[in-house]
Amino acid sequence: MAATPQLQLRCCAASGCRSAGSEALQAALLAARDQLGGAADAVTIKPVGCLRLCGRGPLVAVDRSGGDGQEPSAGSTELYAELTPEQAPALLAAATGLGEGPAAAQRLDPAHPFFALQKPVVLEGCGVVNPESIDDALAHGSYAQLKRVLLECSPEQVRDQVKRSGLRGRGGAGYPTGLKWDTVALQPPGPRYVVCNADEGDPGAFMDRSVLESDPHRLIEGMAIAAYAVGAEQGYVYVRAEYPLAIERLRLALRQARGKGLLGGGIAGSSFNLRLEVRVGAGAYVCGEETALLASIQGQRGTPRPRPPYPAQKGLWDAPTLINNVETLASIPVILREGGDWYASIGTEGSKGTKVFALSGAVANTGLVEVPMGTSLRTVVQTIGGGVPGAEGPDGGVKAVQTGGPSGGCIPAHLLDTPVDYESLKALGSMMGSGGLVVMGETTAMPEVARHFMRFSVNESCGKCVPCRAGTVQLLQLLDRFVERRATLADLERLEELCTMVGATSLCGLGQAAPNPVLSTLRYFRQEYQAACRDPDQCEPLDACLLQEVTR
Amino acid sequence: MSVHTLTVDGVEVAVPEGASLLDAVRAAGVELPTLCHLDGLSPVGACRLCLVEMESSGHLQPACATAAGEGMAVLTQTPQLQHYRRMAVELFFAEGNHVCAFCVANGNCELQDVAVAVGMDHSRFPYQYPNRRVDASHPQFAIDHHRCILCTRCVRVCDEIEGAHVWDVANRGSECSIIAGLDQPWGEVQACTSCGKCVDVCPTGAIFRKDDTTGEKEANRERAGLLRSAREHHQWQNQ
Amino acid sequence: MTIPSTKLRFATVWLAGCSGCHMSFLDLDEWLFELAEHVDVVFSPVASDLKTYPEQVDVCLVEGAVANVDNLELALQLRQRTRLVISFGDCAVTGNVPALRNLWADVDGGSRQSVLDRSYLELADTGAQHPHAPGIVPELLERVRPLHEVIPVDLYLPGCPPSAERIRAAIEPLLRGETPAMEGTAMLQFG
Repeated sequence: MAATPQLQLRCCAASGCRSAGSEALQAALLAARDQLGGAADAVTIKPVGCLRLCGRGPLVAVDRSGGDGQEPSAGSTELYAELTPEQAPALLAAATGLGEGPAAAQRLDPAHPFFALQKPVVLEGCGVVNPESIDDALAHGSYAQLKRVLLECSPEQVRDQVKRSGLRGRGGAGYPTGLKWDTVALQPPGPRYVVCNADEGDPGAFMDRSVLESDPHRLIEGMAIAAYAVGAEQGYVYVRAEYPLAIERLRLALRQARGKGLLGGGIAGSSFNLRLEVRVGAGAYVCGEETALLASIQGQRGTPRPRPPYPAQKGLWDAPTLINNVETLASIPVILREGGDWYASIGTEGSKGTKVFALSGAVANTGLVEVPMGTSLRTVVQTIGGGVPGAEGPDGGVKAVQTGGPSGGCIPAHLLDTPVDYESLKALGSMMGSGGLVVMGETTAMPEVARHFMRFSVNESCGKCVPCRAGTVQLLQLLDRFVERRATLADLERLEELCTMVGATSLCGLGQAAPNPVLSTLRYFRQEYQAACRDPDQCEPLDACLLQEVTR
Repeated sequence: MSVHTLTVDGVEVAVPEGASLLDAVRAAGVELPTLCHLDGLSPVGACRLCLVEMESSGHLQPACATAAGEGMAVLTQTPQLQHYRRMAVELFFAEGNHVCAFCVANGNCELQDVAVAVGMDHSRFPYQYPNRRVDASHPQFAIDHHRCILCTRCVRVCDEIEGAHVWDVANRGSECSIIAGLDQPWGEVQACTSCGKCVDVCPTGAIFRKDDTTGEKEANRERAGLLRSAREHHQWQNQ
Repeated sequence: MTIPSTKLRFATVWLAGCSGCHMSFLDLDEWLFELAEHVDVVFSPVASDLKTYPEQVDVCLVEGAVANVDNLELALQLRQRTRLVISFGDCAVTGNVPALRNLWADVDGGSRQSVLDRSYLELADTGAQHPHAPGIVPELLERVRPLHEVIPVDLYLPGCPPSAERIRAAIEPLLRGETPAMEGTAMLQFG
């Protein structure tokens, strides 16, 4: 008897597509399936996480298989974009071969570089597993590595694999993960904690949100392995309150994992115990800074404190504390499954593995992109991203790419061939940051960009140290003068002087990095600042310009 | 007792284990300006005036909040540090409303003193003139937020020494302000014991006794350190 | 034929301030006679009747903040005609008391309207009205500024007022063509 062909419709249920109406679409698809009668049994409609091309949601992937309950193979997948609930019957009809599908423009080519050049490692389950079903996650291999290491590996062996992988912190600073784990593990005996930093606050960054919303069990597994490797029995996931869906799914996943004995006492028959809790941030960007985050978890005002001592030595309640970002921890299960050497074979000499980027701004294809480290910015922005919509030219209408959010910088189009890795971006005066990539077209005015980010830093400064609290305010006012074209060359000098001071003397990373958007735009687009300075010759003899300003 | 040896501006000093870099700097006879730091209170490293340069790495660290370690070498007076210190003091003056002429602490103000110490003859940064509040609801004391530099000494002394935790910080960035209780008028906060320690530790004229007028504030800034030392070493008169 | 004077052409200016700095200057007492041997006072509210700021002034002590259009015009004019401009006292250096009305810059009507309403309407016993005499009563600027925000300043002499000793310690080296060392509590302390 010939197997019944199976159809699986994966509907994106992450925030991007939900905001474009994916819930209604999924309901319409379920209703349309019920109209199919007997054929309905062969059609599965499954909510999944991010399908990557967020700018064109809601997205639905249609998988066909030869039956026998096999997983659909990737080659037989079709992808549809911008679907409306009204199109649900047509989509099903096309999928079952009974009619015409939605407009051709809505059918995406899976061979397009946007999809083809991606290398899903962290995101391998993202868009595949149902984020609200632990059974589906287990069927896709979640917790297999946790169970294996608890049975087979010592904590040292786990840390050894992580060190071999060359994984570096994905939160932005790029500190070697294995080294951090060692530091925590090798502290004097006593309680220790593991913390996941999911306070993703950079404008234009949504990598961590996507992982939390799409594949929360991968993060929990990564955290549990980390806790085992450093000897922690208590952990916290610190998520910003602006991510309600991520919090909901994470909490559900934690309940499910506890229910399956994958968290709690004696995990998977071992003697390892771990309690994980969610802590919800109250909207302060600075709480993404690790010491402020720890203060916030402890119920205190979320302000940073000077380091050393580092959290690995003295963290939560003065105990050694491991803090890793979502993407870092979500990389762990794959690293243990495939081995540290496998992971280290991806990427560049100094930056191993893959990196997830959130591509947005003046770019044709916006969404979530995971590529090997060392991929050039040009590949990401032009080949994958498709450049600025409607623009021509060798740089695809791109003027600059902003990486690292308010802590990063703007990389000009002529440097687009730079490989994406920690050192290269830092050498250009920007930083990897958490992975937000904002593309700017040729009409973008750089002093305005700098002002935009400075305003962000002014609003988000915690106010503890004076360079950040008062210095950013002064920087913002100086930038106002450039944007409003009433600056002088003396202002330019003062701008640079103050940027240096705020960067060098601020207490935490927020203040230290706050001048970066100014300094990097000054470095590559200085002429725009100079052009904004008024010409002193036009202001003689009785300084009419000044008069105009003081009498404002 | 274990001892750490280190150099401050090339001068060798020895300090007991647990000492801060600031202790070491002082042991070397070097004067560093400080505002948020006060002996007897936990360090916060907020004012950035005591930043010193670690010779090995070139990193700047707040001397008050960094533990002195064996073999450390720090520089305290590089031209760059002096430049940053002056800018920090200018930023302090520009962000508040510090009018020495009629201030209760004129002549007895640490902000006024550090301005002299760093050679600040004027502020290159425009004054912000924030429109802040004065809270005179307490029967004996008042707080003039215009003069507050957010050093949080009052917060710490009340929490750590008096144990009342009347003060805290509200809001963020340039909107930060010291609040009493749950942002109530000071006089209505029942936890306040009217001990006056916040008045004594305030480096400026922000917290003062109501019967003091221009230039009359006499702060007893050693009080926090004396109390802590007395408690830790049981230096009570009747013992 | 007159021999060109080798004395410094010396001026003092009074902008938005209480004149306390000038009073302190007069507190120099008998040293003023010594000063007079080295300088020609070419413009000063306390030592000269000239109403127009002259050309080619060597040194000018400027008291007060820049609060109205007259202050502003005089500041710009004296900068053009003076070799060495000294911000004289806290009002010139910081804005000080005259600049306190800047606290109301963000309220309805701004600081200018607020200070005029308060002074001439709310606090008036009788005949409440705004002063209005174009060309006679100078318009207030919206924001009171320290002198250096309006013109480049060569030397800052803080104090409210700077003591006579401090003024003398700042001026004496200038008479010898030297730059005074503005450091330490004696020379720098505000207030």
